[in-house]
Amino acid sequence: MTGHDHHHDHSELTETQLRVRALETVLTEKGYVDPAALDLLIETYEKKVGPRNGARVVAKAWADPAYRARLVKDATSAIAELGYAGRQGEHIVALENTPNRHNMVVCTLCSCYPWPVLGLPPVWYKSAPYRSRAVSDPRGVLKDFGITLPAGTEIRVWDSTSENRYLVIPMRPAGTEGWIEERLAELVTRDSMIGTGLPKQP
Amino acid sequence: MNGAQDMGGVHGFGPVEPEPNEPVFHAGWEKRAFALTLAMAMPGQWNIDMSRFARENRDPGEYLSMSYYQIWFAALETMLKERDLVSDDETVAGHALREPKPVARILSPGAVAQVLYRGGPTERETNTTPAFKPGDHVRAKNINPRTHTRLPRYVRGHAGTIERVIGFHVFPDSNAQGAGENPQWLYTVCFDGRELWGADGDPTLTVSVDAWEPYLVPA
Amino acid sequence: MTHDHDHHHDHGSELSEMQLRTRALETILLEKGYIEPAAIDVLIETYEKKIGPRNGAQVVAKAWVDPQFRQWLFEDGTAAIGSLGFGGRSGNHLVALENTPSVHNMVVCTLCSCYPWAVLGLPPLWYKSAPYRSRTVADPRSVLADFGVSLPKDTEIRVWDSTAELRYLVVPLRPAGAEGWSEEKLAELVTRDSMIGTGLPKNPEDLA
Repeated sequence: MTGHDHHHDHSELTETQLRVRALETVLTEKGYVDPAALDLLIETYEKKVGPRNGARVVAKAWADPAYRARLVKDATSAIAELGYAGRQGEHIVALENTPNRHNMVVCTLCSCYPWPVLGLPPVWYKSAPYRSRAVSDPRGVLKDFGITLPAGTEIRVWDSTSENRYLVIPMRPAGTEGWIEERLAELVTRDSMIGTGLPKQP
Repeated sequence: MNGAQDMGGVHGFGPVEPEPNEPVFHAGWEKRAFALTLAMAMPGQWNIDMSRFARENRDPGEYLSMSYYQIWFAALETMLKERDLVSDDETVAGHALREPKPVARILSPGAVAQVLYRGGPTERETNTTPAFKPGDHVRAKNINPRTHTRLPRYVRGHAGTIERVIGFHVFPDSNAQGAGENPQWLYTVCFDGRELWGADGDPTLTVSVDAWEPYLVPA
Repeated sequence: MTHDHDHHHDHGSELSEMQLRTRALETILLEKGYIEPAAIDVLIETYEKKIGPRNGAQVVAKAWVDPQFRQWLFEDGTAAIGSLGFGGRSGNHLVALENTPSVHNMVVCTLCSCYPWAVLGLPPLWYKSAPYRSRTVADPRSVLADFGVSLPKDTEIRVWDSTAELRYLVVPLRPAGAEGWSEEKLAELVTRDSMIGTGLPKNPEDLA
């Protein structure tokens, strides 16, 4: 059974749009939601909170060994030092990548993700392919991302089944000695903080 | 529940397909569905565990064929209906048809930043001590509740090691059913890849889950 | 948000699409000489009209009246059933399961739809469905409830998942009040569902 023809798909989206609009109207009329609050919620996660937060955390960990130590000991507090905290990041654990160990984070059961440092998760993170394969075939998943790790590297996959959230601290690329934090942060990709990518090279 | 959401290890879904320069939201309705879901948590009519269950509690075929925010939205409609906040005829009409049920509070624009910043920490106080410590060998129980649980099928019955004591946290299996927070000690438990996936499994693989004490027995 | 289509989309273009696709493939296979049309027709007629649960009912009725056959049936289902002329495809390895007052048997194929074609014909849609396949091995009593069947609390329920080439035929308990009946008449009491384990045989008074 092949897919539906193109404009049938569009009418499904339209049905969803109508339902969402209808519910928003009902909830607003009943006084359960304030439209201005809704707009702020959207703006926060569309524009304000995103992976640049996590990149600053990682860059600081690269540049400042004392910060890295605090991050490893109590990531929630260390991250809060930079002003990032709250919803879906109340309990964060930092996972250090080393030459022998590569960390990957998944939520097989839904889409748990450290919002305060990475923003909202991308579609692929929430998708059946990732959720099903990350825990059984992480090397296959890394290949989908164009990454091959040495055969002997230990791969640690962390399934986020509780409110605990994980942030991968990728390895600092060579050739960045003496770089300031802002410049280091530019090398830190979102995927490198999930474990499906590596930081950019200088 | 043993639903379609419990996907770890399932075959047949194909490759992971990242979208280059993916936008945060793919459609205007997704933004509204997202914001409505967060805002409607404010009245305190449900908790996050109830909302996760509402998302997963559907026919597996439906779950697998719906997009992420379609599932969020369907769950929101269900929870509103279950609690008599919004009824079917109102969602069809697109207008309130009867008086609202009184609620304790709603999310005001001025409170958004603070509410997001505060979040919903789940750690609770206790005088009890954890049953397990790092290094202990444990086995995940073979439980199959029809209600919400966070113990995935792929680890049930398998032997692992306590990596870390995370803390004393709200227990979703109770909280989702309205049976109270019932906090329990929460651990990170590591499983060898071959324990989970058999002798042909990746020998370099270790998988962990965060498991509450009621999920575990000494191995 | 259900994946609902509007009504005539379902009956109109989706069924037509399958009709078109099967017709197209049949045409191609014929043109390439891989299949013979007459053979296709015989296959369809065989399973639509000739092979069905009446075969299994005959087996059960004989087991009810003939103790030697009954014993043979439980020792070597394939041979005993073969002696009545039933066998072959999806009936090469048959095992008969004896219902008793304390044990009730149910058969399922969780992984696909394995079914003893030789004695029961092709499986019904519900047997191949996700609800049956998923629930029978975990909660058979709720499945029986869906069939309107309620067993005593202490009856042991044995569920057989047909994961290999073995095919299972449930031999239900002979109803009371049918003493002295001929095999033909007894066979009329044996329902298909009673030979899968989701039903019980008819009672003599149910026969008009």
